[in-house]
Amino acid sequence: MKSQLGTPSPYSKRSRMLFMLASTALVSCVVAPFIGPTPIRWDAVFDSTQPFRENIDAQIFFIARLPRALAGALVGGALASAGVVLQALLRNPLATPFTLGVSSGASLGALLVIVLGTPISLSVLPVVPLASFIGALSAVGIVYGLSRYRRRGLSTTVLLLAGVTLNSLFSAIIMFVQYLAEPTQTFQAVRYLMGNLNVSGYSPLLWSLPLLIVASCAFAWLPRSLNLLSVSTESAAIRGVDVTKTQRIAFLSASLATGAAVSLGGPIGFVGIIVPHMVRLMVGADHRVVLPASAFMGATFLVICDVAARTLMSPQELPVGVITAMLGGPFFLWLLVRRV
Amino acid sequence: MRHQSFQIIRTLALATSVAALCSQSWVTAQIGLQIQTPDRIVTIVPAVTEMLFAVGAGPQVVGVSNFARYPPTVQRLPRVGALLNPNIERILSLRPDFAILYGSQTDAIAQLTGAGIEVLTYRHGGITDAMEVLGEIGRRTDRAFEANQIVTNIQAELLAIADHVSGQARPRVLLVVGREPDTIRNLYASGGIGFLNDMIVAAGGENVFGNILKEAVQPTAEALLALQPEVIVEIQAEGMMSVRQSPYHQNPWQALSAIPAVRTGRVHLLTGNDLIVPGPRLAAGTEKLARILHPGTFE
Repeated sequence: MKSQLGTPSPYSKRSRMLFMLASTALVSCVVAPFIGPTPIRWDAVFDSTQPFRENIDAQIFFIARLPRALAGALVGGALASAGVVLQALLRNPLATPFTLGVSSGASLGALLVIVLGTPISLSVLPVVPLASFIGALSAVGIVYGLSRYRRRGLSTTVLLLAGVTLNSLFSAIIMFVQYLAEPTQTFQAVRYLMGNLNVSGYSPLLWSLPLLIVASCAFAWLPRSLNLLSVSTESAAIRGVDVTKTQRIAFLSASLATGAAVSLGGPIGFVGIIVPHMVRLMVGADHRVVLPASAFMGATFLVICDVAARTLMSPQELPVGVITAMLGGPFFLWLLVRRV
Repeated sequence: MRHQSFQIIRTLALATSVAALCSQSWVTAQIGLQIQTPDRIVTIVPAVTEMLFAVGAGPQVVGVSNFARYPPTVQRLPRVGALLNPNIERILSLRPDFAILYGSQTDAIAQLTGAGIEVLTYRHGGITDAMEVLGEIGRRTDRAFEANQIVTNIQAELLAIADHVSGQARPRVLLVVGREPDTIRNLYASGGIGFLNDMIVAAGGENVFGNILKEAVQPTAEALLALQPEVIVEIQAEGMMSVRQSPYHQNPWQALSAIPAVRTGRVHLLTGNDLIVPGPRLAAGTEKLARILHPGTFE
């Protein structure tokens, strides 16, 4: 703990910072749907006398733009906070939400449906998000099962190695499936892997929301234990942290958030590794600040990236995964150089 | 409208006749030099396979692409890979004296040329390019006459279609070549170049992405709403299992109900390889498209 004598208001400073980041996230969500390449008539958008079915301006606003902004906020927030949790859990600054095989499991599920198709059509939820969520859960199940195999708590080394190996295995299967597919399907599959927030409706958001709420509740319980855990498991145990329980909750909640995020937007890279580091460079290492700050910053960052994705090359769509790295990379390097 | 559609067809017809004539005169000029016609042909391009069979060189074809499906006889022929995975060993084992490969398969081209096999590189493009390739295939297999006849027939059929749709308003068309099942995510549509765009124009339609000089465009949902296509045609290869074959295939479009095509129920699914293979069945595919764009004019 830092000395708090000279600075009478670390808590208020911290809450001011969080409040500012939360407001920025909210503002970006509200402003994003107002930005777009098509000039739309604002009086028509909010004109309730015109039936929504036939109202092009309202559909551009409420179907083509608003759900994307909300999806961007949810996915960005989920990936960034999952990144923070996994970096602390594995005590590895290079850990990302995709390190432990969750995203490649999700991608494999999605690609199998894209390439092989499904004989059934579910009216409740599109099959690709569903398949990717099932893929994510399977990957989590395998990795978790392996790391508990010797029944001595949760081995983070086994977790990391099993996750990385599973990632490679799934990636190889993904390449194999792509290789066998028709050229047009291969193209579709490659495009899926670049991420896309064009959810065109609210039902995918509503489906992922309960999962993200559960994950967030778990995240809210974690920060103090993560602070101690990221030093060493021994010192955490001495200070009364139930190490195994914390590790389990951290792993499962981060995986749940990642699975929900990937099924919404595909495997969007970069957010989960760079946003936590950006936040640490700005606010220090205390997870009580880093975790919520990363969630807000991840949300803002991805919403902005998605606005770029749908406007820069309009009427064509740019893959949002390309933009996250192209916008975020230079910014992070600048932040790094400025601080060092 | 009538004038414009005729002009486009006439340009296409002229270009293809010139291409066919050139190839014919070239054959006459080279007749003393080019003695050998190929006996064993391997083709990795499904469109060229169709062309070879159409000109009557089918019996000489000994190997085809993994994705070749037409004519049905090709199902019995050995498969030699495709665009991304040409199987050189397999091709060599078939002892071909003539092979048709994609221009991007540079390694395979070098290997086969090195083995003393005559190689023709295939160039993908619009209807005119497809007719040029047909002429070239005819010339290389010593069947220039048959090839010219097919080209002439295709031109005549395209002119007949143009005749049918002339005087009609040209509907704004969105031609979808692929998307994720159940949703309009990761949707790809025909851009302003390539044979699919040519087919839309020849069938009396106006491509909503006609001004984008790319073969495939991935549009945003916003663009689909803003461009207001009057007809949406989704095309799909034969034999691919997909939820799009289910009776619910129009469902995802309901999310964008303000699109005129969706509001008026003009979202169509076309299944068939004649629409995705720029070969001798081009005119048949164009007619399918024209029947959708101009219902009532074909009795």
